Amino acid sequence: MRPLRLTVNGDTLETAAPAHWTLLEVLRYRLGLTGSKQGCDKGDCGACTVLVDGRPQLACLTLAALAEGHAITTIEGLMPLHVAAGGDGPDPVQGAFDRCGALQCGFCQPGMMLSARALLNRNPCPTRGEIREALSGNLCRCTGYTQIFEAVELAVAESLGVAPAPRAWEEQRMKPAEAQEQARRAAAALAAARERNDGGPGARS
Amino acid sequence: MERYIGRDLARPDGPAKVEGRAVYVADLDVPGAWVGGVVRSTVARGLLLGLDFDPGFDWRTVAVATAADVPGENVVALIADDQPLLVAREIEHWGEPLALVAAPDELQLARALAAVRPRIEARAACFDLERSPRVFKSIRVAQGDAGAVFRDVPPGARVVEGTYRTDSQEQLYVETQGFVAFPPASDGSVTVRGSLQCPHYVQKALARALGIAPEEARVVQLATGGGFGGKEDYPSVLACHAALLARVARRPVRLILGRHEDLAVTPKRHPARVRVRAAFAADGTGLALEADVLFDGGAYTTLSPVVLSRGVLHASGPYRWPAAEIRGSVVATNHVPYGAFRGFGAPQTCLAIERLMDRAARELGIHPFELRLRNALRPGDTTVTGQRLEHSVGSLEVLEAIARRTGFDRHAWGAPHAESGPRRRGLGFSFFFHGAGFTGSGEELLRGRVSLALLPDGRVEVLAGSTEIGQGTQALFTAIAAEALGADAADVVLATPDTARVPDSGPTVASRTCMVVGGVLAAAAAELRQRVGDGAASWRERARAFLAGGGDGAVTRAYAPPPGARWDEHSYRGDAYPVYGWAADVAEVFVDEDTGEVDVARLWTAVDVGRALQPRLVTGQIEGGALQAVGWAHREVVSARDGRCEQDRLATCIVPTTLDAPRFDVTLVEVPYPGGPFGAKGVGELPMDGGAPAVLSAIEDATGIHPAQVPATPERILDLLVARAEEAHA
Repeated sequence: MRPLRLTVNGDTLETAAPAHWTLLEVLRYRLGLTGSKQGCDKGDCGACTVLVDGRPQLACLTLAALAEGHAITTIEGLMPLHVAAGGDGPDPVQGAFDRCGALQCGFCQPGMMLSARALLNRNPCPTRGEIREALSGNLCRCTGYTQIFEAVELAVAESLGVAPAPRAWEEQRMKPAEAQEQARRAAAALAAARERNDGGPGARS
Repeated sequence: MERYIGRDLARPDGPAKVEGRAVYVADLDVPGAWVGGVVRSTVARGLLLGLDFDPGFDWRTVAVATAADVPGENVVALIADDQPLLVAREIEHWGEPLALVAAPDELQLARALAAVRPRIEARAACFDLERSPRVFKSIRVAQGDAGAVFRDVPPGARVVEGTYRTDSQEQLYVETQGFVAFPPASDGSVTVRGSLQCPHYVQKALARALGIAPEEARVVQLATGGGFGGKEDYPSVLACHAALLARVARRPVRLILGRHEDLAVTPKRHPARVRVRAAFAADGTGLALEADVLFDGGAYTTLSPVVLSRGVLHASGPYRWPAAEIRGSVVATNHVPYGAFRGFGAPQTCLAIERLMDRAARELGIHPFELRLRNALRPGDTTVTGQRLEHSVGSLEVLEAIARRTGFDRHAWGAPHAESGPRRRGLGFSFFFHGAGFTGSGEELLRGRVSLALLPDGRVEVLAGSTEIGQGTQALFTAIAAEALGADAADVVLATPDTARVPDSGPTVASRTCMVVGGVLAAAAAELRQRVGDGAASWRERARAFLAGGGDGAVTRAYAPPPGARWDEHSYRGDAYPVYGWAADVAEVFVDEDTGEVDVARLWTAVDVGRALQPRLVTGQIEGGALQAVGWAHREVVSARDGRCEQDRLATCIVPTTLDAPRFDVTLVEVPYPGGPFGAKGVGELPMDGGAPAVLSAIEDATGIHPAQVPATPERILDLLVARAEEAHA
């Protein structure tokens, strides 16, 4: 057994575990934080993704001992951290995932949402291509990914105060002019925001 | 005015899932639980002569179960009782369970598993479905005299034929399979909790294996991380193993498969070889169809007879064939048993008929869209089983929608390419249908039930055995119940699928949860609404008044087949399915002729869902199913060597990532089905059928080769390109 002192979701927690245990094992089976999932234990599926100092990291490939001294964020911490930062209720990523159909079975979603949160922290207005790239380490077998991309885009659009571009199946139920106008506004807001952010604080690193 | 139909409801399971609070089996905190493991065969066929237990290991520290410890029958009860829970003597596949071990922790378990030494005499095994010595099931569908058309081809008519092969496919639910079993209670009853699709299948299997009555076996579903058919039959094996270990160890046992083990031993899609030939008049009108369907069932029967049935019944494609003969067999090999995977036999035969239609279009000089349109089943037509299509036949509507959305009907498919360089663009097409609900008399025999219970506060509890596995059962059932009751969504409470509480609604399979079970739910809710009565007061106020007045707030309804439905299981004639979903896909691909790599850039799909009760959910089903189909089309390789799956981890068992997914464009077509709740019909499996043929069709458009095997890997495409080049030189 090795004593461990970990900073998880803003709290400093002390526990002990065999020296070879991974961060995922300690989170799940010592600290009771079972929101981080084990899908493969080989670093392939991304279901165990947590944030370490704000960057996505695979907890199943991280020795718990090496996580000491770093700030760890798990899915359980997203809402409390959002509230602590002055937000109201769940993290916007969580709300958007829930409303967009981005989650079906839900098993890959904790890791997926943490990857998305890390993306938005470093790039508040990502393009579809940047979203695809950032989430490419997180496998989902249910959704076909589109509603996940749409969730991230919804979170972005809401942060800019515009409606997101209508999805194909929504657009077919709208008046063509109305759909075009909504898509145009979303694209314009996104482009303006990207211009503002380019090179400024919080820009892509 | 409908309040909940056609409008997206918040998922009842959403908040717990996005906040990481949903409890999956591995998240269950069970004090004192041991961990279980399985000793497996290392040969694909042989005799188990005995099990040696290393005397150097302290066997008092663990619990062990062998075939001799099975208190009931040593079978996995499903269709045929040919599969043992634990091998007694004959080994039929690699990884077959020989013994079970439970230990206080993973380390001790690993030591104990290594200390069991099976003595095995290997025997010659069969891995070739075309050389199998044993047939599990054969089916023949015949209409008219197809043989006569091919013997004496009418003047001007043309015969087109092909042989198409499809490899296996892994479901790849991201949560591996697992159960926690509890030791028998003092009254002998047993409880298991786990990741599963069909609680009552598991209950029946437990009762047989443990020698107890079904009601003494309690099965509780936990949050389930995907299924896609993969958690239809195998959970019965795992639950029985876990329960047996809990019984021997006299304590709770967690039996959760690691990814290696899950990939190695759980059932996957049946590999298939389909020979098909068709005769067409010069104008493209189909005259006759013959198909010879052969599925590899693997070592045991599992669900193979039903998979074959669906395969055979979809081999005609959604087309009119005045004469047809379809013969199918599923045979035994020493592969790990194959089982259920979304589509359930239909994707294999759909691939064959759609590739044949493309080949016919080329040979007849008719546009592939036009050929499909000319032969498409229309309202009033009869299928190859003699079923007259009356309701919700959206065939022409989906064809019209996909043409409008993509212009494929004007695309010069198969024309020589002008562009230079190795990267070739192509568009491909598929048209397909899928029977919703169980085949033939299945639903009538099953009579799936749903119960409703008025709670003291006036809310309504829905009791159903249908499981939420991600597809949206909870949101759908809430919307259907609230709409049919005339209540608020907040007035509806869903019971956890727990066999101690919910009736058998039938399994969560076969695109039946929304259409069949949802239909029973709507009928039950309408009955309760009638009892309570409408009025100006809120539902809860009226319901409380009804209860206070001594009203009976418990309703149970069972499935009632549509009037006039008929099916003859012996001749395979009649109404094969209550109704069909219809769809058409267009795929856009880029093929690199230097490497054989395929990039599926876009996929348009138009789907007749009857009625989109929850547009966002049904779109998610369509996109998710279509991506599985696209993955199978060209990327997802599953192969076996000496009966052992070669893809033993996610680094080699490849499924599409965010970077691989095409841009989807989904058009929902609504031709309401009067037999379904608010017009809906089943849609879960349909999107799996058309993706692969559309992608292969697009590869053909891009390159001129005719891929005849799924997956169309770069190696296979290069082989065809090389053969084409050699032909050009000859």
